[in-house]
Amino acid sequence: MISADLNIILPEIFLAVYAMLALIGAVYTGKDGLAPLLTWVTAAVLAAVGVWIGMNGEGTNLAFNGMFQDDGFARFAKVVILISAAAVLIMSQEYMQRRGLLRFEYPVLVVLAVVGMMMMVSAGDLMALYMGLELQSLSLYVIASLRRDSVKSTEAGMKYFVLGALSSGLLLYGSSLVYGFAGTTNFAGIIQAAGEGHTSLGLLFGLTFIVSGLAFKVSAVPFHMWTPDVYEGAPTPITAFFATAPKMAAMALFARVVHDAFGGVVGDWQQIIAALSLLSMFLGAVAAIGQTDIKRLMAYSSIAHMGYALMGLAAGTAFGVQAMLIYMAIYVTMNVGTFAFILSMSRDGQPVTTIDTLHMYSKREPGKALAVLILMFSLAGVPPLVGFFGKFYVLRAAYDAGLAWLAIAGVIASVIGAFYYLRIVFYMYFGDEGETLDKDRNPVLYGMLMASAAIIGLAWLPGLNLLGVEAIAETAAAALLN
Amino acid sequence: MIGLEHYLTVAATLFVIGIFGLFLNRKNVIILLMSIELMLLAVNINLVAFSSFLGDLVGQVFTLFVLTVAAAEAAIGLAILVSFFRNRGTIAVEDVNVMKG
Repeated sequence: MISADLNIILPEIFLAVYAMLALIGAVYTGKDGLAPLLTWVTAAVLAAVGVWIGMNGEGTNLAFNGMFQDDGFARFAKVVILISAAAVLIMSQEYMQRRGLLRFEYPVLVVLAVVGMMMMVSAGDLMALYMGLELQSLSLYVIASLRRDSVKSTEAGMKYFVLGALSSGLLLYGSSLVYGFAGTTNFAGIIQAAGEGHTSLGLLFGLTFIVSGLAFKVSAVPFHMWTPDVYEGAPTPITAFFATAPKMAAMALFARVVHDAFGGVVGDWQQIIAALSLLSMFLGAVAAIGQTDIKRLMAYSSIAHMGYALMGLAAGTAFGVQAMLIYMAIYVTMNVGTFAFILSMSRDGQPVTTIDTLHMYSKREPGKALAVLILMFSLAGVPPLVGFFGKFYVLRAAYDAGLAWLAIAGVIASVIGAFYYLRIVFYMYFGDEGETLDKDRNPVLYGMLMASAAIIGLAWLPGLNLLGVEAIAETAAAALLN
Repeated sequence: MIGLEHYLTVAATLFVIGIFGLFLNRKNVIILLMSIELMLLAVNINLVAFSSFLGDLVGQVFTLFVLTVAAAEAAIGLAILVSFFRNRGTIAVEDVNVMKG
């Protein structure tokens, strides 16, 4: 019994033990001298676990009386989380080492955050959900303020901590109400207690609090205010991490809670999520226009993208979940490439993040400028790039579910949002003459940028079919809604 | 006779005081940490009250988890606060404003 359970949760146990051994090993041996090696080894371990989960997982397995569930949905999210975390780790190594930021705690904290995320997406119980979420959040608070001697980084950590703790409090208060009115913390029990059609007032209150707590974690409007500051203040590699894996985990957790625990009362949460989605899309599109810092701009961009992903969720159907998963996988791929570019931006050896520095970039580095052009067009949703298909899926899911107004609003917001992505491209190709960026020849960043741009630029071709992500996401969505 | 609703009222009141403490407080970051703690303790009262009312132990187990995590959270919050103080020389909420927004 217990050995079968442990077998199901093996990847998480392995990573947790790895993190603790790495911590002890680094403390007793080389300390920060070991950090570059540890970063690469950790990235390899994460990628290997990701591949292993992707290859070996089968069916739906419940462990610990349904507290932990390993199904197709969880595996999809875990593979995206693990691979993107590994990509971000290898991108950060050189950048952080050059600036004296690479401490051995960094890869260890990333692994612990990843274990938390894996727990989140596999949660089958409010307690498992809370523990996973907190393991993730506590690790993220620390790495946001990793640059201890910088006012901005510590301020980012502080803001993230206070607002993150507030959101955990809301989520927890909701959990306590749900526990009281459903009599159980298990998702399988809650869905029975919630019934079909409409649910009791107590459970509705609990659901609303839980949704607000989760909206904080996915940075949906009106719970988004921490995002721009944290993105700007945290060191850039850490911003890259924030923009990828935790977003996937939080969206997957969101889908898990609303479908696994409240799948019978779709009408009760559909309107809330549709409103969150609408506000996020418009605020993300409008507020990014005035930004001059590319990290802040990417923060608003991520708010807008979360709005689109939530649109898929608002549909409340299996196709909606499938659309959300495809959207998130595409979003993470685009963000890895974009942040590989942002990490390579420097002038006189100092990192710069203002958009003004991109003037006439195409003259100096045509290859990289083209890759950024592809990524920006895809982020804006220009056909036929992959980003367009992501938007197309969520819009269709919303339309099919009778939310035509939301789909139309999404198209309008996407047109507004295209402005600031295209402005970056405009600066690169038609900007004024002036000082531009240093030539950066870091092979890892270059490779990541080119690989991401190649996937985004080519995967829509008929023969490649989005690399088969569509079918995998369909199985994953079916596993969640069965 | 004190019933379930009394406990829930106390918990809801404490929770709201905690939220107001977070948003209205303009003085000191330490007060933010205390407000967060107050919110989590309100949740614990809720959980224990429900647990006793339902005759089900799960709520009390949940409470123990929440207590443990709250302790870890406070430790991390204070650590971030100390490193912020070293850089900025103040912990007034008004001075957490290097970045706009």
